[in-house]
Amino acid sequence: MEAAADQVDRTAYATWLMRMGDNTLILGHRLSEWCGHSPVLEEDIAMANTALDLIGQTQLWLGLAGEVEGAGRTADNLAYLRDASKFRNVLMVERPNGDFGQTLMRQFLFDAWHHAMLTELLTSTEERVREIAAKALKEVSYHLERSADLVIRLGDGSEESHARMQAALDDQWAYTGELSTPDEIDTATAAAGIAPDLAKVGTVWRQTVEEVLRAATLSVPDSTFAHQGGKSGRHTEHLGYILADMQFLQRAYPGAVW
Amino acid sequence: MHPSVDTIWSWLGEVPDPEIPVISLTDLGIIRDVAWDKDTLVVTVTPTYSGCPATSVINFEIEKVLLDKGVEQIRLERRLSPPWTTDWISTVGREKLKAYGIAPPIDGTAADGRAAGLASRLTGQGNLVIECPRCGSIDTQKVSQFGSTPCKAAYRCRSCLEPFDYFKCI
Repeated sequence: MEAAADQVDRTAYATWLMRMGDNTLILGHRLSEWCGHSPVLEEDIAMANTALDLIGQTQLWLGLAGEVEGAGRTADNLAYLRDASKFRNVLMVERPNGDFGQTLMRQFLFDAWHHAMLTELLTSTEERVREIAAKALKEVSYHLERSADLVIRLGDGSEESHARMQAALDDQWAYTGELSTPDEIDTATAAAGIAPDLAKVGTVWRQTVEEVLRAATLSVPDSTFAHQGGKSGRHTEHLGYILADMQFLQRAYPGAVW
Repeated sequence: MHPSVDTIWSWLGEVPDPEIPVISLTDLGIIRDVAWDKDTLVVTVTPTYSGCPATSVINFEIEKVLLDKGVEQIRLERRLSPPWTTDWISTVGREKLKAYGIAPPIDGTAADGRAAGLASRLTGQGNLVIECPRCGSIDTQKVSQFGSTPCKAAYRCRSCLEPFDYFKCI
């Protein structure tokens, strides 16, 4: 590994990579639950495509996490053989989908953060992090444009769609703070130049969110309360059910491949 | 003696993309390098999209054609950087796409997450003029940013009323 990685605790770096990969893995899994159930065919396909991109990015992040960790674990090992308390995704992505409006609002709030984060990562001191970010950013740009577009159309839509989008925003809001609140892992990886200053990512996120919500005629909630825990492995009860679904095959038939 | 690198390129130029079989892997621009490492042939491939489900099939097809031609020691390497761009689709590839009914990408129009101006977002319109690959009309409309595969967007033509795929820029 390059110089930057030597300046930071290996465990902190691997944990940070797992956060990136677990966010995309769990959100990708949630989105794929819509497959065959979306309100219109085009959105069904869009959601499945977004899920596919996110799961593809997961392979890159978790693959690198396994290498950095140096214990011989692959991306598949990390995805299929860890228990809930070892997952490092934010709470937002593991919450149930709710209705289509709730899913879309969560997607927009996440996409806006994801886009800002990946943009900052283009200047990471770690070459392989830069490479993954450059690849993922191209895909996430399309995610953000779609979700922002739909949030505006539904927010500034009918009385019914407006009310649902505002309710979705109010419901998700307390789960957005975790994305941009740094802890010791974020601080250590930022000091090594691997990850950006999360506060800066949060500022860019906030600008995008405010611009789009204004166009969507939705009101940004006043509350600054933020649920925390996912990044350090304290999850909601929902994650266990996702893992039961996702990991069943590998647990029941260890080493199964096709 | 080994077959020459040029010969290998020409073989790979006959391998169809598994999802869009009218174009080859070399038309698509995903073969980044072909080189001999002593007796092992190293083929470097870049993925189109991170989660493209065709990736493993593509690797299999590459191995298959090389084995069929008598190359037995093969190593496939993945290269992420620079990331694949639709700019690398060859001119011939673009013509084949169009003849097949897929509008080829318009270079330089990849999403950057901020490109869709507020006005275009508010009206739900994309800002691209895409020509219908069937009738040539430019009276077309984006139906969805995401089409039948990750690399395509769904459009419809308001002249001939047919739906079609647009190979979107990335």
